[in-house]
Amino acid sequence: MLRTLVLPLLLAVPLACAAQAQGKLLLTGGVSSIDGAAGGGLSPWALTGSYATSGQVGATAYFTRLPLQDYSLSGYGASVAFGERAELSLARQDFSAGGTGAALGLPGLKLKQTLLGAKVRLGGDAVLDADTWMPQIALGVEYKHLDAGGLAPTLAALGAKRDGVDVYLSATKLFLAQSTLVNVTLRATRANQNGLLGFGGAASSRYSLMPEVSVAYLINKQWAIGAEYRMKPDKLNPSVLGDALREDDWKDVFVAWAPNKHLSLTAAYVDLGRVVPGIQPRRQRGVYGSIQFAY
Amino acid sequence: MRSARRTCEAGVLALWLGMSMVATPCAAGPSETASAPDDALYRALGGAAGIARIVDGMVDRAYADPRIQKKFDGVNPRALKESLRNQFCMLSGGACKYEGETMKNSHAHLALTKADFNALVEDLQFAMDDAKVPFSVQNRLLALLAPMHRDIITK
Repeated sequence: MLRTLVLPLLLAVPLACAAQAQGKLLLTGGVSSIDGAAGGGLSPWALTGSYATSGQVGATAYFTRLPLQDYSLSGYGASVAFGERAELSLARQDFSAGGTGAALGLPGLKLKQTLLGAKVRLGGDAVLDADTWMPQIALGVEYKHLDAGGLAPTLAALGAKRDGVDVYLSATKLFLAQSTLVNVTLRATRANQNGLLGFGGAASSRYSLMPEVSVAYLINKQWAIGAEYRMKPDKLNPSVLGDALREDDWKDVFVAWAPNKHLSLTAAYVDLGRVVPGIQPRRQRGVYGSIQFAY
Repeated sequence: MRSARRTCEAGVLALWLGMSMVATPCAAGPSETASAPDDALYRALGGAAGIARIVDGMVDRAYADPRIQKKFDGVNPRALKESLRNQFCMLSGGACKYEGETMKNSHAHLALTKADFNALVEDLQFAMDDAKVPFSVQNRLLALLAPMHRDIITK
């Protein structure tokens, strides 16, 4: 219900505001993170999405694909930015469990997650305040709902909930004279594999404060390269399955290209570490591709 | 009189007619403007000739830019270019002196938005591209100009 109503609404806004939201400089709205919020690929930043600045409303829509050794993740979503003050986002992730599903007696298992995000800029200007150390700071919240299909009873038995809320504080600073952007996000979360394996577990359902760091270098107006590191909690380790569900931090190196203010393409080499190592002990790596449209 | 005042206003609109030239870089408060500590940036921009080319390109683009050209109505582009050349030269560490109106006073009644500000930044970036200024050097100049947004954007 939520999905069927909100997504078309989110997508309708850009049509109404076309050509109005062009007031920011190229790439200064970031790209769409896998959770839907504007940022890098893995981490939300304090920047608001799109090219909307004061008095403008902007929107973005994206599609992301990340094939891994033993799994694959695809995601799509949209966001609306109200000037550089606030941003609402809606995202959807489909995770194909591949051979792991079959090993659990659940061939064709898909984990589907819906994410609703809101972000408010508290202060600072990441781009223009080039003479101070003051970053742009934003507070964000992500509500996540997991549809784990046939895996749901197992997750319930492990004490993982189907719904979760992450709260994060992001600080983004463009060191303009050095053409270098740095973002640090502190996230309060108990999500297992970002929520794809539920939230919390029998061992611990407490929130953990997890740092995420992104660095980007601007090669020119249209091209940026960078790297990200996102720390994750480990609430299903140990579980009744021992360390079979242990999880690792996520990291990537990326390149982003924005030929104009309506389109950006991001490619990344991503390492999600081990995902359910009890069945697939090797690290899950893959090439991430994402396309974003902005209005 | 009136056209002289307009010339002055637009000079400021041009975002950069930064004033606090005496600002000490270390103590640069939110409303002060830092200038380069030596003339390395001035030389990287191509000295007087390079800066003239950049400024002329930016002003020509701004006057033709439908987003902001109205802000320059009645402004003499020659005077504006002259003023901005001095401004950029001084900011980047060249041996020039800018003695125009302060940023704040001159922009106060122009009702400039952040979108206006960024539009001029883009015109400047294109002008620097035309002048073959490397991107990293462009950003060193922009880093000195961008903080002026605090005195320029009033709407």
